[in-house]
This record gives sequence, structure tokens and C-alpha cells, in this order.
Amino acid sequence: MTEKVLMCGNEVIGEAAIQAGCRFYAGYPITPQNELPAYMSRRMPEEGGIFIQAESELAAINMVFGASLAGARAMTSSSSPGISLKQEGISYLAGNELPAVIVNMMRGGPGLGNIAPSQADYFQATKGGGHGDYNLIVFGPSTVQELADLVGTAFDLADRYRNPVLILGDGILGQMMEPVEIKKRKIKGEKDWILTGAKGRPPRVIRSLVLKEGALEKHNMHLQEKSRKMKEREILYDEDRTGDAEIVLVAYGTSARIARAALNMVRSEGIKAGMIRPVTLWPFPEKAISNISSRVKCFLVVEMSMGQMVEDVRLAVNGTCPVHFYGRTGGGVPAVEEISKKIKELV
Amino acid sequence: MKKVLSLPESMKDVRTHYCPGCGHGVVHRLIGEVIDELGIRERTIGIAPVGCAVLAYDYFNIDITEAAHGRTPAVATGIKRVLPDSVVFTYQGDGDLAAIGTAEIIHAANRGENITVIFVNNAVYGMTGGQMAPTTMVGQVTATTPMGREASSTGSPLKISELLAVLPGAVFLCRTAISSPANINKTKQAIKKAFRVQLENKGFSLVEVLSPCPSYWRLPPGEAAKWIDEKMVPVFPLGVLKESDNEGDDTCVKK
Repeated sequence: MTEKVLMCGNEVIGEAAIQAGCRFYAGYPITPQNELPAYMSRRMPEEGGIFIQAESELAAINMVFGASLAGARAMTSSSSPGISLKQEGISYLAGNELPAVIVNMMRGGPGLGNIAPSQADYFQATKGGGHGDYNLIVFGPSTVQELADLVGTAFDLADRYRNPVLILGDGILGQMMEPVEIKKRKIKGEKDWILTGAKGRPPRVIRSLVLKEGALEKHNMHLQEKSRKMKEREILYDEDRTGDAEIVLVAYGTSARIARAALNMVRSEGIKAGMIRPVTLWPFPEKAISNISSRVKCFLVVEMSMGQMVEDVRLAVNGTCPVHFYGRTGGGVPAVEEISKKIKELV
Repeated sequence: MKKVLSLPESMKDVRTHYCPGCGHGVVHRLIGEVIDELGIRERTIGIAPVGCAVLAYDYFNIDITEAAHGRTPAVATGIKRVLPDSVVFTYQGDGDLAAIGTAEIIHAANRGENITVIFVNNAVYGMTGGQMAPTTMVGQVTATTPMGREASSTGSPLKISELLAVLPGAVFLCRTAISSPANINKTKQAIKKAFRVQLENKGFSLVEVLSPCPSYWRLPPGEAAKWIDEKMVPVFPLGVLKESDNEGDDTCVKK
């Protein structure tokens, strides 16, 4: 596809994955991401790829594990409760250094929660989720076009670092239709580590059990070195009107769209406000925030949760100025007026 | 002089960590011999389980990985679908296959995944210290059934191969034991047959091997072999549980 089409976010993820060379998808139904597996069940056979509706989230992520170690670009998707189930597999993918793209179109929690949009899985996405010392690159797209672009980037980075990459969206982004252009991506480089049968070469072993004394610490330090490189090279964010800003909003994904509207509203009333929108939630754009923290009056973090990313903003600001929070939970979505009212209270 | 016995090329020339009298070494060797004899070493991909055989990846001279506990058939599914010309086998214990991985084995069989499963049933969790397995005999003393397994509160030995037999996707199911040289030979033939089913694209094949765990049965190896025949075989009868006349047409070749 090289022209703009109108598609919903969930279907865009599917097409963008296919255009990025994804040829294996396994998933389990859960609202609000069902358009994606349905799309994959139709499109994968057309592209010679594989679609499997797995018996569980556990099976789905482990099918992706198998497909990845056999060399395929592989993806699974779910929404919050299902992503909790996938955490074991995500930890194994990270430990085994297997690339994969995982999509979480968040819904309200905890527990079965509801099917309304939410951003309450930020901690789970960026602080581990599964067991052990590992990090995922986590993208928080806020438009359907950005979603399309980041899905492609996610596959490239997953391969480059041999590490899973998470797309953290929400029910609104998944259901919303916007014009989008989905570009085909070239896959660079051969994978010289995959299992294909030891034909004419020594056998390969892919495993995450590292029993020899000191060996796991060494392996984990290798993983940390990859994390360090990700932090050095892969941070993405968007900075808007922070130059003269007294108050800077920090928001991602759907919250960022609403916060932007609030920003436009208060700017038109003469309030000097700006915004930083993290695009990578891990690695987090802490320098972008700390760089301006000494010259702004305060930050206002807006989330569809009771305050998760706000902790990363506070770490970045490190006490230099106040960091305020406005959030809604359980499927509540902040209104433009609510945010602008909060801004006016603070300046 | 003619050399009549040597290590299969599909095995690494290393010592295993298995206890004296453990069946895993025997089953490993049978698989290695079968892979050699079928000439498939360079296209075979193995998946080790979590359990005593977790280190199987150190013993086979093939491409091999290790799955999360019980997820072995899901990993095998992913590999085989991506590489349909490869030969994929899982090596699973009773905890891996019949407890935590029950869903995965049933659904892999039901989809007719063209993979081979070697299921080692020794009626106990060995790796973690001899706890009750789903296949533990009624009355058997384990670390978590100190008074012996009671069917009234812990259920009966789970005959998962029989459960799988009702699924159309399961093409070849066989239970063997390695309690005697004759039975070891039968086990090898069953394993060979299971791999052939996969090579002929017929679908899901599984060999359940009743195997001794002298350490956690608290028996000398010779007695452990007898225990298989006397205690396990009456509950887990040996023989072919299912052999369907699947023709190996395209419906079984997962693309």
C-alpha cells in the first residue's frame, strides 16, 4: 500500500506487520483488539504466512517463541488481562534473546475490569511485567499513522536487538479509523542464530536456563548492555511549544491527543503551556524532561490511570520543580475541559 | 574387528546428569539412534521441557531449544509451521505434559500438528524433589503425598494418552516401557514409527514411555524396572493406543 486508506487501528497493526515482513501471528480473542486477529486470519494466508488462533494466551506467546527461533518475524496481540497471561512468555523471549512484537491494546483493570480504554498497564509494560532482569522497548503511539510506522520500527528493532518489542495502545486507538499510509519495509540482514536443523554446521542451542556459577550474571549483564544501547539510541518523543512554557504537559497515546487539545485551548487564552509526548515509554525520554525542568514552573502529567508514568517524570525531574498529576481510571477518559481547568489551577 | 556399538551421531559424547538407573539416558539414546537411522539429524529440531530432562539440549547433537514448563507443544507448533520440512520433536515429562501443559498437548494433538512427542512418564516430579505427578500411582509415597496418593483427594493417575486418543488429529499414540531389553527395543520401534508418521506428513504422533525413577521411587534400579511392570503397567497398559489410517494428504501438512 502506498496511498492513504481509511482503516481502524487494530487492522492497521495487522497490515503494517505484514508489510514489515511478519509471517506468523498467533493470538487469542479478547476485546478490544479482535479486529487484529480477524484481519490476520484473512491476510496471512494471502501472503503465505501463518495465522493460528491459539488455545490460550500462554500458547499464543509460546507459538511466537517457536516461530521466532525458527526465523520468522512473529507477532501476538491481546488486551490487558491477556497480556498478564503472556508475561511468562515475554520473560522467556527476553531471556532467550528472541525477537517478537507484542501488542497490548489496553482496557480497564484490575481483574477482568471492563472493555473501555485505559493506560493502567504502563508499570507492567515498562518495569518488567514478567520475572527477571530484562527490558522491552515499549512504544506508545497516539495516532493510527504513528501506530503503522511504529509497528514497522518495532519489527526492525526486535531483530536488531534480538529482544521483544511492545506496542502499548488502548481501545480507542484500536477502534478509531484514520487515514493512513502503510509503507513496505525491507528486512535487512540474515539471522545466523536461528534453529533450522544443523545442516552442514554445528548444532545451535537456544535456551534461557543458565546454571553454571556466574554464567547467568554474565548473561544478564549482556542483556543490560543491550538495554544500555537501546537507551542511547532508541528514545523517541515529541516536544511541542516548550520554549516559553511555564507549565509542560506530559502524556502519551490517547491521553496525549486530549492533552494536545487542552494545550491548544489554554494557549489561545494566553497561557504559556507546552507538552512533551513520550513515543518510547521505555526507554523513557528522561533527558528531554530534565533538560527543561529547571526553567519551567511545573509539569502536569495526564494519564488514563491513577498515576504510573508520573513516577518516571518525577524521577527525571528529580525534585527540580513540582510534578502534578491528572488521571482517570477504570475506563474513564479525561476531557479537554478537565485538563485545561487543571492547567489553570496550576499557573 | 568390527565395531558393533557406538554413540549415535545425534548424541553428544558427554556425561549426563541423570541419577543411576534413571530412564532418561536410555530414552535419549533411543531417540538419537532413531534420528541417525532415519537420516534426519540435519533437519531435526528438538524441544527440551522443564523437568529432569531440561538439560537434554546438552546431550543431543542437533538444533535444540528449551520451552517454558508445559508450553513445549506450543513452541513445537510455532517451529513446525514456520519450517514444515523440518522434523520437530518435543521431549516431555509427566509434569510438563500431563499437568501444567495439559491444554497445550490436547490442542496441539487436536490441531493435528505434524510433530512427534516423546512423553516420559515416571510417575513423579524428579527435578524438584519427588513430588506427586498427575501420573503418580494411587498409594505411591511422594514428597507431597507422604501417606501415599489418595484418589479421593488428589485424583487418579491421569491417562492422558487415552484422552488424546479420542482426537481425530492424533494419528499415532503408543505406550511402551523401558523395563527390559525387549521392552526397550519395542520402545525404539515405537519412536521410529512416530517419527515416520511425521515424515509422511500424517499428523500428530506421541510415544508415552514408562520410565524408572529409582531415586524418588526409593528403589534400586532392578527393583524399579520390576515396579514398572507390576505397578504401572496395570494402570497404564502398553501397546498402540491409536493408529489412524490418515493418508498424509495436504490436510495434515501445515503451511
